[in-house]
Amino acid sequence: MHAIDCDVHPTIPGMSALLPYLDPFWRESVVEREISSLESISYPVNAPITARPDWKNASGRAAVTADEIGATVFGRWGADAAILNCLYGVQLVFNEDMANAFARALNDYIVHEFLERDARLRASIVLPVQNVEMAVAELERCAADKRFVQVLLLAMGESPLGRRMYWPIYEAAQRHGLPIGIHAGSNYRNPVTSLGWPTYYAEDYAAQSLGFQSQVASLVCEGVFVKYPQLKVVLLESGVSWLPGFMWRLSKFWRGVRMETPWIDRSPFDIVRDHVRLTVQPYDGPDDLAAIEKSIDHFQSDDMLLFASDFPHWQFDGDETMPRGIPERLHRKIRVDNPLATYSRLAALAQPAGS
Amino acid sequence: MAKHVVAPVGELPPGSRKLVEIGARRIVVFNTGGEFFALSDRCPHEGGSLFHGKVMGLVESSEPGEYRYTRAGEMVKCPWHGWEFDLRTGRSQCDPRLRVRSYATGVVHGCDLAKDVPAAETFPVRVEDDYVVVEA
Amino acid sequence: MNIAAPRAHLAQRGKLELIDCDIHPRLRAIDDLKPYMSQRWWDYLQTYGSRKRHGFAKGHPYPKSQPSDGARRDAWPPSGGPPGSDLGFMQQQHLDFYGVDVGVMNPLWVGSSDQNQDLSTALASAHNDWQIDLWADKDARLRPSIVVPYEDAAASVAEIHKRAADKRFCQVFLLSRTAEALGRKRYWPIYEAAVEHGLPVGIHVFGYSGWPISNTGWPSFYIEEMAEHATACSAMITSMIMEGLFEQFPTLKIVVIEAGFAWLPSLGWRLDRAFDRMRDEFPHLKRKPSEYLREHIYITTQPIEETEKPEHLTDIIDWIGWDRVMFASDYAHWDFDDPLFAVPPQWGDEKRAKIYSRNARSVFRF
Repeated sequence: MHAIDCDVHPTIPGMSALLPYLDPFWRESVVEREISSLESISYPVNAPITARPDWKNASGRAAVTADEIGATVFGRWGADAAILNCLYGVQLVFNEDMANAFARALNDYIVHEFLERDARLRASIVLPVQNVEMAVAELERCAADKRFVQVLLLAMGESPLGRRMYWPIYEAAQRHGLPIGIHAGSNYRNPVTSLGWPTYYAEDYAAQSLGFQSQVASLVCEGVFVKYPQLKVVLLESGVSWLPGFMWRLSKFWRGVRMETPWIDRSPFDIVRDHVRLTVQPYDGPDDLAAIEKSIDHFQSDDMLLFASDFPHWQFDGDETMPRGIPERLHRKIRVDNPLATYSRLAALAQPAGS
Repeated sequence: MAKHVVAPVGELPPGSRKLVEIGARRIVVFNTGGEFFALSDRCPHEGGSLFHGKVMGLVESSEPGEYRYTRAGEMVKCPWHGWEFDLRTGRSQCDPRLRVRSYATGVVHGCDLAKDVPAAETFPVRVEDDYVVVEA
Repeated sequence: MNIAAPRAHLAQRGKLELIDCDIHPRLRAIDDLKPYMSQRWWDYLQTYGSRKRHGFAKGHPYPKSQPSDGARRDAWPPSGGPPGSDLGFMQQQHLDFYGVDVGVMNPLWVGSSDQNQDLSTALASAHNDWQIDLWADKDARLRPSIVVPYEDAAASVAEIHKRAADKRFCQVFLLSRTAEALGRKRYWPIYEAAVEHGLPVGIHVFGYSGWPISNTGWPSFYIEEMAEHATACSAMITSMIMEGLFEQFPTLKIVVIEAGFAWLPSLGWRLDRAFDRMRDEFPHLKRKPSEYLREHIYITTQPIEETEKPEHLTDIIDWIGWDRVMFASDYAHWDFDDPLFAVPPQWGDEKRAKIYSRNARSVFRF
């Protein structure tokens, strides 16, 4: 095997594309109420980060079809498999029933328009997290299809993801061998920073990594990994390099206020090394290559990083899918071994053909 | 390892503590429910004085939401950063590889105190009283 | 109380001078402020209390891990007030014990994020009088900070102008959790006044923004609240750089207090990437974000990160710059750092001298 690309984004052209997957009532609602798009301001369609210019098709969009994705991710870069994390904004919808209907339609669309068209594609289950009961039902429905290898949540939600109301999702995910993917993005129930709404889009984007920090703290401190010891969490498009500094901080505080969360019986950094994985694009590192290698040493683990191109988001130029400065000795682990160890449903890929 | 008399038992009632200097060592002696424990005063983390620490129980948990609070009075929490140490062993709760030095204690009757057991402080030894001793 | 001979401790620091950038003087009781307040605002405070953008009339939304707002348990003065409220005891336990040559006072003041900004203004001014009368007049080592009601820029500017003539005031003092990020233009008059008087702007963590303390909502635990100070300061510094604050005020110095610092290099790298990609948003920026960061942001050591390998910590300081990090103890709070622990002898006297005092001398013009 050459590589598993753990973060690829299919683009949904608009709500009209989902109409065939909705039942008549919701189809009628979408049309009558002019719900033309669920695009989120997390990735404005024309913002440079959203789609690298040379990957856009004639309509100005990228990654709209399985062919567009496959041509680059498989054809050009030689990945053996790719995981689709669809960021269409069903999590933003306020009406729970509507969110549920849209999430179902979206997951069905992903199956028919992508998974059915290229056997190398896998996907994450988009959850209507507005209602945990509905989220679990959708997880159960999709989990029967083994091409779904993960569930997908956003870095910024209504409440921190460690809170107990979300635990039924983790119970179901662990039972089905599905990691929890947390991707950059927000449902905009809370301001983009704890200091309110910033001026510039680049500030919004930078603040995504702060949301990941909060989620890691919450998942660890609430004891999610104590309750669900097999659970893995994958941080997608998180920026990566913030993690050691944040874990030193959290681990230091834990030693002082351990009594507050007595179920945490070892250093939070050790817990994170066992349960949390991060996709490597973008790796927010310095220009100096030796400094990047030092920053990798701060993780004190070779198991945490997973290969991802973040296609079609514009994280790199040319074909530099692996961030510069990551030591050669880790490439094989990052491209193949770590993804296989994280996604139990990908294990079959490692079997020789016919076995 | 020599025995040092640190206080008459009556001066260290349950719940109290005393800081003593034995040679260059600063040792804090705790009385928890009639048992005496002696630890080095210096927290191995940043050097806070355990003499000023809060003595409390041990909270443990086997799952989120459970708070099992036992061993009242057998842990001391550093007055600075809150690191907890087991009075019985000196073991750190957050990092079991780490210990604060602990010393054996005992109670000796005044009439049994040989003249060569040094007192940490100068106080008269009366044959009818009991004394706390630390082996250090 | 420490009973070890202070001389033994100082010997390990050699001749190195020590400036402590974060000492918290404390009111013995709210009545300490009464002489400095008008009857109208004193009565208002008694009747309605401080409404500080969180729901608890008393105490903290995330209760601290030990008493007296999370004080060192050995810092209660024999005189009976709360830790940090007795100058004599502070001198004995901290200033003399560690041989502190200069200590910057950062009052975590009542009224800092009050919904009633006029009350906030009255309380800020009272705290400034109090710092002079009860502290700076009595111990020249202690340097006051100009406390300002930062949500009201005009009132803050007036307070800065009123105090700046007293050269003992060494910085303009803000808290980090503000109603909007501190780079936003509504706060710029505060920076303008600080620059006019040659004062750095010190920003201490805490305060209440009125928003959830994480961008994914309210967490459950105090440990999370503490961890989130670094995220708030990240958003704050991001805002300052991206809004062009340092293009507007090229001599402005920002001191970030009690946020730790291991998060700072990664923030700079991330902002450079975002800037590269979305450069058309920033015609007002002439340099990479990390360059503004390197030039304008100073950071204090406490609570110092405890890395798994010692060289990981020095990597971080290498990336921030040894001329940008300044010692702070946070006396008399529980997460206090001992100067020898935070800045160990292994770093060598040249680097230690910078962190212990030289950088602060330059920033505060001591």
